[in-house]
Amino acid sequence: MQFDSNQLIPVLPEIYILSLACLVLVIDLFIKQENRIVTYGITQIGLLLAVAITVAVGQPQTQIIFDGSYIRDPMSDVLKVGIFVVSFLAFLYAKDYLRDRDLFKGEFYTLGLFAVLGMIIMVSANSFLTIYLGLELLALSMYALVAFNRDSQDGAEAAMKYFVLGALASGILLYGISMVYGMTGTIRFDELGGAIQKVGLDNVVLVFGLVFIVIGLSFKLGAVPFHMWVPDVYHGAPTAVTLFLGSAPKIAAFALAMRMLVDGMEPLVGQGGWQGWQGMLIVLAVLSMAIGNLIAIAQTNIKRMLAYSTISHVGFILLGILAGTKEGYTAAMFYTLVYALMSAGGFGIVIALSRRGFEAENLDDYKGLNQRNPWFAGMMLLLMFSMAGVPPTVGFFAKLFVLDAVVSVDLTWVALVGVFFSIIGAFYYIRIIKLMYFDKPSDESPLSMGVDTQVVLSLNGLSMLYLGLFPAGLLSICHTAIGG
Amino acid sequence: MFADWPILSLTIWLPIIGGFMVIASGDREANATRWTALIISVLTFLVSLPLWFGFDSSTAQMQFVERMDWIPLFNIEYYLGVDGISMPLIILTTFITPLVVIAGWEVIKYKPALYMAAFLIMEGVMVGVFAALDAMLFYVFWEAMLIPMFIIIGVWGGPNRVYATIKFFLYTFLGSVFMLVALIYMYYQSGNFEILGFHDLKLGHTEQILIFIAFLLAFAVKVPMWPVHTWLPDAHVEAPTGGSVILAAIMLKIGGYGFLRFSLPITPDASHTLDWLIIGMSLIAVVYIGFVALIQQDMKKLIAYSSIAHMGFVTLGFYIVFIVGQSAGSGAALGVEGGMVQMVSHGFISAAMFLCVGVLYDRMHSRQINDYGGVVNTMPVFAAFMVFFAMANAGLPGTSGFVGEFMVILASFRADFWYAVLASTTLIIGAAYTLWMVKRVVFGDVANDNVAALQDINGREYIVLGTLAAAVLVLGLWPAPLVEVMDASVNNLLQHISVSKL
Repeated sequence: MQFDSNQLIPVLPEIYILSLACLVLVIDLFIKQENRIVTYGITQIGLLLAVAITVAVGQPQTQIIFDGSYIRDPMSDVLKVGIFVVSFLAFLYAKDYLRDRDLFKGEFYTLGLFAVLGMIIMVSANSFLTIYLGLELLALSMYALVAFNRDSQDGAEAAMKYFVLGALASGILLYGISMVYGMTGTIRFDELGGAIQKVGLDNVVLVFGLVFIVIGLSFKLGAVPFHMWVPDVYHGAPTAVTLFLGSAPKIAAFALAMRMLVDGMEPLVGQGGWQGWQGMLIVLAVLSMAIGNLIAIAQTNIKRMLAYSTISHVGFILLGILAGTKEGYTAAMFYTLVYALMSAGGFGIVIALSRRGFEAENLDDYKGLNQRNPWFAGMMLLLMFSMAGVPPTVGFFAKLFVLDAVVSVDLTWVALVGVFFSIIGAFYYIRIIKLMYFDKPSDESPLSMGVDTQVVLSLNGLSMLYLGLFPAGLLSICHTAIGG
Repeated sequence: MFADWPILSLTIWLPIIGGFMVIASGDREANATRWTALIISVLTFLVSLPLWFGFDSSTAQMQFVERMDWIPLFNIEYYLGVDGISMPLIILTTFITPLVVIAGWEVIKYKPALYMAAFLIMEGVMVGVFAALDAMLFYVFWEAMLIPMFIIIGVWGGPNRVYATIKFFLYTFLGSVFMLVALIYMYYQSGNFEILGFHDLKLGHTEQILIFIAFLLAFAVKVPMWPVHTWLPDAHVEAPTGGSVILAAIMLKIGGYGFLRFSLPITPDASHTLDWLIIGMSLIAVVYIGFVALIQQDMKKLIAYSSIAHMGFVTLGFYIVFIVGQSAGSGAALGVEGGMVQMVSHGFISAAMFLCVGVLYDRMHSRQINDYGGVVNTMPVFAAFMVFFAMANAGLPGTSGFVGEFMVILASFRADFWYAVLASTTLIIGAAYTLWMVKRVVFGDVANDNVAALQDINGREYIVLGTLAAAVLVLGLWPAPLVEVMDASVNNLLQHISVSKL
């Protein structure tokens, strides 16, 4: 292998995040508990710098390096920036929560940064091996984070479930990868397409490999029927971790799907039939939208409700991908980025309402929020309407673009199923608004938040409206990133 | 001179931005908040007036057009314009909103800033619906209406408000998402979201039928037509007075407007094939819902049912054209124009009726007819107004209620004798339920001590009811200007739908 130091420039964000994680790990050793804020500060400033670095090394051309195991293209740049920004938000909202519960430890940030590293490796992977490494790095950090509150039984249980199911999913994924490798002789995504054409699209082993890969993928995405872990993990983990888990990794999961299915195995899309991944994703998407939205109605715990809501949103993201067109990928990417922002904001509000000794986990805790704090009730209103997909919030446009893509490939019936379940889904989002605006508060205590949280959470909420009024900017970024 | 000004944008965004300012100002200075809201709404009305005076009624072209890119990737534009069909409805919107603000002046004690702001934002969004010429822009405004209305009913409504507002939201949301899919489908046929482009789009018969049904779901829920009307009585009964007024006077018109702007011109052949369905639903609304109104004990519910019956007239007038068109020439325009006049007139009358009930409710906190009796003895001025509006609601000649109904009945006669007979029953049933209610509430001896203690209307209420009474009279005695304004556009529409797209 010819080593060329120029090869290191595209991979700078990864190198930087790795060094940052190590730096935080070491510095944190020498910091007393009362100065823990320094660890937090370094992490946050580090993440902002990471955005700058990613933008600096970004360019319109695609670069494939390290013998084809690594790719840097416009899509990876955009997704990385998205991951950094959303992780920044998650760490910021989490700070007060952790401090109030004596969980304000350096490990949170070290593990968090390693998770971020895993995500950006997934985003930039160009071979099955790289993507698997990134995936496992993310998963291992997340297992530990879910059990971050050592004394919490729920947390330990959730982590155990997450670990066992996650390991199973990784196993299935690897099994599928081995089959595909066995038939095609390559794990590089840029060569896989040609190799698949040579083997033949109806090769049984290849199709089996694809099935296993899609199953592993749906485990990671949390698509029905492989969604069982999602509500339990969301519920059991400390809210600060749920917030992180429910936002940034969705972007990475989108990249996982894009890299493996689109970059790697696009010939197996099986347009119009059921044997390709389009057909499989239709089943997964329809089931996810149906089960996610229906079961969310029955939840009384907001974390579980948002978990089922995630499942239904994953269904919508899959709709965009299964269209199998540039427009579809653009729409799915737009949806994913918007969803990560919505999810961060939604859990941010959950955290803002919680305080030491009190978790605002039940829907009833949101009663009369408009009287307690009209401003943040308004922000939650925007976030909820955005999740429900009501204009003029950005959630509507995310759904619109996805539906657009699906209709364009003559799958109008799937679009009809999608809108049908989004009506059902609207019910549980507006139930939150009903509780906030129409009911009397059962708890009058004011919300305690730092100024930083207040400002950023407000920006997060208002961004739903801003992006809804001017969606063209973000959309064209996604469009360029997909290369349409 | 006004042609170059972005009047439509001003009319849309002035109240919306004003509404956010009102929210920001908060409830501490409640009086200042109310004055700000009033000034903004009156200003909006003044800003919208050039639309009427600067309107060229000789052409069916879109006027006051504003156009720029919004989401270039999907060819979605910020594209506004009005013709003779949408312009009167915009004026109606900007005319009613200041009255609503005044009507809620002292009555709304809980969070007045949010209340006023919701109505202002609502106003801008509704004007946006009427002015949008890009289907996606239309849809965004169309759905955005739900948010303020949801809040208005849910926060300031009656005891069963939560049930009513969620039912309202889900019903209308359900109706409109299928329209969304239809719009996206047409986008792939025509390459952009221009509504006027959709008008000329060639569509097959099956496509037209499916698109027609998608539109019907959206607009029939909004109008509302029998049998998807059940959300309306609930929403009306629980809504605060101002909410009922906006709901009845303007939001219902948006459904009727949708038929004229989308269903008829985009799917003329499907409309022709399925006109029996709409006519049947309309006649059922006129006759059956009229009888339902007769037995109501709750005044607001009674007026709500009467609204459904009156809106039945509107849809009847719109869809009778296919039958009329075959037999005689100019009668078709009569039906559509009658429907339009009926919409505007119903905007005034239903607003006035709900305000009358609001006046009583503010004093007695009851809407039950049985709790009243002999109100004329204690509130003579109010009684005069209420009787006048009740007469108008029953379609008394000389009031605006008569004009539209007469035109539609006349058009029905040309279509089919029996349609006309059924439609005419409304004159009897409408008179029965309205006047019987007035008899029980207003006339007779003073029924109880509460009625005996009633105070007559104050200056604020006098202004609101007086303005509406004047509007009802003017439109009833001299409807010509309104008909003239819409004439070119309606004829253009009829010409358009007489040509098959197949």
